[in-house]
Amino acid sequence: MENTNQVQNNIVIQPVSHEVTIYAEPIFSVGKFEITNSLLTSWLTVLIIISFLIVLRKKMKKVPGKLQNFFEIMMEGALSLCDQVTNDRKISNKIFPLVFSLFLFILVSNWLGLMPILGSFGFIATEGGHSAFVPLFRSGTADINTTLAFSLMVVIASNIFGIFTIGAWKVFNKYVNLKMLGSIFTKIRKDPSILIVAPITFFVGLLELIGEMAKVASLSFRLFGNVFAGEVLLASMSAIFAYLVPTPFLFLEVFVGLIQALIFSLLAAVYFTIAAQDHDEHEEEHEHSKEKLVHG
Amino acid sequence: MDTNTVSSAVVNLAPLAKAFAIGLSAIGAGLGIGMIGAKAMEAIGRNPEATGKVLVPMLIASAFAEAVAIYGLVIAFSIK
Repeated sequence: MENTNQVQNNIVIQPVSHEVTIYAEPIFSVGKFEITNSLLTSWLTVLIIISFLIVLRKKMKKVPGKLQNFFEIMMEGALSLCDQVTNDRKISNKIFPLVFSLFLFILVSNWLGLMPILGSFGFIATEGGHSAFVPLFRSGTADINTTLAFSLMVVIASNIFGIFTIGAWKVFNKYVNLKMLGSIFTKIRKDPSILIVAPITFFVGLLELIGEMAKVASLSFRLFGNVFAGEVLLASMSAIFAYLVPTPFLFLEVFVGLIQALIFSLLAAVYFTIAAQDHDEHEEEHEHSKEKLVHG
Repeated sequence: MDTNTVSSAVVNLAPLAKAFAIGLSAIGAGLGIGMIGAKAMEAIGRNPEATGKVLVPMLIASAFAEAVAIYGLVIAFSIK
């Protein structure tokens, strides 16, 4: 959308731009902290989820009504999907609250950006010579800050979960493989190839650290990119032909919002499972079964 | 009035950069999603009853392949 300058009486008047900006626009400030429209919408999301769940809690009975039935079906399905990822009911029970809350929040946040009326409230902000329309509500996950916060939380929490499950020394050895360096001295007589294997394994451990950074980047950019690109797409389609052309894209965006929420929470469950896995236990089991085959 | 026109000495490569960013990413994503869909179609063709079981993993894998193109799109948006 181009700004065409009109010159009247030597004063340049620019029309209001309605472009979608990649950074969320601040609405007001509390002291030095700026409240952006994405933050406002995130608060609205939390409000919607909490009120929905309070209503659900008040109407909870032994024989479920329609709403409670629907939610029970959803929770059963989600728990079984989590079981497919973790292969262990105990770990599923531990991570299910976090993973399901992530799913709910991201789902409602993605869909809230598609509500037709919400994007129209706003005000016109003038900076320098440019004036732009600043909407009051913008999808919470269309802000890179939200998605970055979520992915950082998931990666750090999965490591902390690993520390709780298998102990800090093993988690430390995943990244800085001191055990391998030590085993150069202990296993050098039994297995001389350890001299080559151990340094390689040590550097693979260091690469895992970079892999964690890659996880943060990929999680955040996947969610942000999908939601933000959806917003830009809808705006562009509306500019072509107001109400007819965006309709199939709206359906696509509803679908994409659901899929992206599902993928984010599924990946979170996968990271938690990987962090809680103990490779040494698997190796010992293999060695024991091999010994049984040889001796038995 | 004499007006001197000065033509720009520097070619603005930013639009070209944006186009390359999303264009090349889209090639990779298109190939990836096409291959995923092809294998899924094959699986459904061999065993039509397994459609429900094949559909959901296919969608999830497609979303992963598409995400890489989305990375390129974000870069295209952030190039000024």
